[in-house]
Parts: sequence; C-alpha cells; structure tokens
Amino acid sequence: MILAPQRNASAVSVADCRSDFPALHQDVNEHSIVYLDSAASAQQPISVIETVANYQRHDHSNVHRGVHTLSHRATDAYEGARDKLRLFINASSRSEVILTSGTTESINLVAQSFCRPRVGDGDKILITHLEHHSNIVPWQLVCEQTGAELVVVPMDDRGELDLDSFDSLLADNVRFLAVGHVSNALGTINPVKDMIARAHAHDVPVLVDGAQGVPHMQIDVQDLDCDFYAFSGHKMFGPTGTGVLFGRESLLEEMPPYQGGGDMILEVSFSDTVYNELPYKFEAGTPNIAGVIGLGAAVDYLQSVGLPAIAQHEQQLLKYLTGELAKIEGLRLIGTAANKASVQSFNVDDIHPHDLGTILDHQGVAIRTGHHCAMPVMEYFKVSGTARASLALYNNRDDIDQLVEAIGKARKIFA
Amino acid sequence: MNELRDLYRELILDHAKSPRHFGKLDGATHWAEGINPLCGDKLKLFLRVDDKQTIDSASFEGSGCAISVASASLLTDLVIGMDVATALNTFDAVTTRLTGRGADIDIAGGLKAEKLRALDGVREFPSRVKCATLAWHALNSAINNRSTPATTE
Repeated sequence: MILAPQRNASAVSVADCRSDFPALHQDVNEHSIVYLDSAASAQQPISVIETVANYQRHDHSNVHRGVHTLSHRATDAYEGARDKLRLFINASSRSEVILTSGTTESINLVAQSFCRPRVGDGDKILITHLEHHSNIVPWQLVCEQTGAELVVVPMDDRGELDLDSFDSLLADNVRFLAVGHVSNALGTINPVKDMIARAHAHDVPVLVDGAQGVPHMQIDVQDLDCDFYAFSGHKMFGPTGTGVLFGRESLLEEMPPYQGGGDMILEVSFSDTVYNELPYKFEAGTPNIAGVIGLGAAVDYLQSVGLPAIAQHEQQLLKYLTGELAKIEGLRLIGTAANKASVQSFNVDDIHPHDLGTILDHQGVAIRTGHHCAMPVMEYFKVSGTARASLALYNNRDDIDQLVEAIGKARKIFA
Repeated sequence: MNELRDLYRELILDHAKSPRHFGKLDGATHWAEGINPLCGDKLKLFLRVDDKQTIDSASFEGSGCAISVASASLLTDLVIGMDVATALNTFDAVTTRLTGRGADIDIAGGLKAEKLRALDGVREFPSRVKCATLAWHALNSAINNRSTPATTE
C-alpha cells in the first residue's frame, strides 16, 4: 500500500498549520481568503487530500469481500481508520465504532433503532433549546411514531442551559436524553458529563451530538460515560459523507439493524437472516471507503497538532474575536455563555445577515449567515438569523482583523 | 466594490429601509406567503383585486434581507393598478430576467417597471437571485390562489 506522507507526532505547531491547508491559499473576489466558516464545514489538510487521492489511485476496491490484493488493501485501510477513530474517542472496543454518513445518520440510527422500540404514550424524550435541527427532527419523528412527547430544556439569554429545570424535567417520565456537546449557533459548551451523570441517576440513556465538539476538544466517551456519541468527519477536517456513531456495546447488541443490505449479514435465506456482528450489523451496503480512510488521516492530523494545543489556540483567538467585535458600534453579540467553543454569532445594526454575508464575501471573508439549522435558537433571540464566525486551528488574528474591517465597510454601505 | 454597488444601489437601499405598502391589507382578496428555506426569509403578499380583475391595492409584511424587502416593495409599487394577466406576465418577465435566462427581456409597465432594473445587480450574485424573486413567486401564488406557501426552491 502506498501511504501519504505522514507527519510525526507533535511535528506540527498550531501556528504553522495554516500552510497545510491548500484551500486557504487562494484569492476570493480579489482578496486573500479569510475562512471563518469551519463550524459549517472545515477545510482539509493536504495529508487528508493526498490520502484519499492515493487510495483512489492505487488501493481502491470493495471492502470485506474480495480475496484479491486491492480488496485487502482497501479493507485494511478502512478498518485501520476505524481503529484510529476508536482511539481518538477512547471507545473501549472497535465494536462500538459504527461508521456512518455523518452525525445526522448517527442520530437517526439511534432514534429509530434504540429509542423507537422503547417509548410509547406518556413517555418523554428530552432535548434542549440549543439543538441543531438534526438533533430535533429525528426525535420528533419518533414521537409521531410512538405517541411519546418531546420536552425541551430551556436556556437563558447568554445561551446557557437551565440545569435546575433540567433536573425537574428529568424526574418526569423521561426515557431518553439527546443533547448537543457544543451549540453550533451559539458556541455554548454544554456540561454534558454532569448532565449524563444526572440522567443516569434516573436511568435515562443519553446521546451526545458531538458534531461541534470533536474539532475543538479531546473526547473520551468512557470518561463522559455517554451511551451514544455522534459526530461528522467534515467538521474535523475530514471528507464529507463520513461520520461515527459511538454506542455502548451492550446497547448496540440489543438494537435491531437500522438498514438492511449487504455487509450487515452473516447468512441470508428467504425464511431467515442472521445479522453480522458489531459493528457491521449497522453498516449495510458499500460504505464511503475513501472518505473513511481520509477521516483516519484527519485523526492523524489532529493528533499530530494535539487537541490541547488546538483548544488553547482557539480559546485565545475567540477572546480576541469577541473583544474586537464588541468594539464595533451597533454590533450585538449573540451567545455569550461562560464556557464556549470558538464560534461567535452576531448581528450588526439592522443589516440583515444575508446582506452582511454577501458584502463580507466580496472582501474575501467567508462567514455563515442565516438560521444555522437552529430555528428555535433564532426564535429565542427574536432574530430571523445571525452572522456567525467560527474559528479553527488554522485561523489567526489577521483573519479577525480582516473580518472587522469588512464589517466596517458593510456598515458604510448601509449607513 | 463595483458589483457590490450594483447590488446595493441607492434605490434598493431606499426601498429596503423604507419599504412601501408595508403591512396587512384590509379587504385583501388574494394573499400568499413566500419562504426562502435557505435563509429563513419569510414574507406575506396581499392583493385586492376588483371585479374587473384589476389589482387595486397591494401590500406585504414579513422580514427579509435588503434585496428581498426592496424587491417586494418595488413589486407592490408596480402592480397596483395593473390587471391580473399583466401582473402574471410581469412575474414571468422578472423571474426570467433575474435568473439570467433572458437578460434582455423588457418588463412592461413604464417608468415604474424601469425601476426594477435596479434589481439586475443580483445576476452577479447567484446565491441572492432567490432573494430578489421571492416576492414575485408569492405574487404568482397569490394570483393563482395556491394554498401552499411559495418557495424559491
């Protein structure tokens, strides 16, 4: 197998890693690109791009099937990525690492395969006001299918969850808790470890939507003691169409398959089918082999830089970003929780976020605008949408200065 | 910055800041909601059509970006006094013109229709064309009495 050049552990300092991302070395609308939309999708380092390309060029075949060399190479690389992901989140066994198309599929899998058979009339599924639509709608579907009720933990005007309400809600017929690790719209880092402990005290199993958690902090599913942890590859510098569902092995064993097809079976006849063992029971059909192998390279990359170093860099930048934004007259910061990941939503004067986004883009500055798939959050703050700048390991102070300058130009146009 | 100035012309900014015919319309005979799922913009367009099939009044309410609000404001300005068939033709002409499928198409309606040229700047901004056409899709739905909200998708 031909491997992409790998960096040695801790060979990359955060300050230097920008050069590893080819997409950040281009002009957009005649300005050097300033990419502040990593919470929507992060750019990929050259090692991920090359790993995927090398796989496609030399090793591609289907996995778990052939006796020929390419199929072995593809299988080894694909399963090797699973092992990397297991270590990355400290799952106790590779049986607990289900490869999916992303967070959305991971959550839907748990909703349909774990939750749906276990709830009925009078039961409650608990989520929070901060959730992304992908951690709301799958539970609404289960409620429609079973007669269960969806209950929401409220938040305050900083974007922090009301944990007193959480406790009282938990005590009332709750059968499942689904909570985001980090709010994509507001950046709030929820106290999930504490919430999981409180939920478990009521025998309530917990899914954590970690889509916005994994790029920013070291995840240890055993330390969190969560029952399920869902995340996406493309938020952590890997390819789109990849993701993971961590599930506690004892629970996964009890769950029926989510989808039927090839690869998830041991034996099929028209009268009976024997399902494959974990994790393959939940992986019907040919997977996104190249994407998963690329995701393995993204794990290598994150570990070569080091998540503690990344977190420290991002926290310093977030402080600078928030401070600089707060100096702008007419700018309202939305999402001011004490414990935050490097995401900041804001609105400027009466400028609609969509207009702001267009004007910033014209100056090479990419931000996200709109409701961020979190309409209930927007409703809470009585806005139709926000502008959102999100920072990753490759951003720097210059990016933030460019953003601030571009906002100044937008204010002039709308003065 | 020229393209930006083209998008945010004085006329657009003026209509965005001070939209004409803004609010509910008493005695409306036709109305429709326009939703842009991409950004969550939502507006409702009201028409009052008389016995002779003339739109004798029009208004809109809702929230949106400068482009969608200005476009709705210009729309209401233009269609008041227009007969329904002409309004539908105008919907066709405007959407065709703004989506670039027929950039040269002229829009009937004299001086007021000339003002719609201020929206031409969106043609350089593919992601913003839907903002400019949102109210027009609502107009089409309102006249055709469609019960589901118009979307730009």
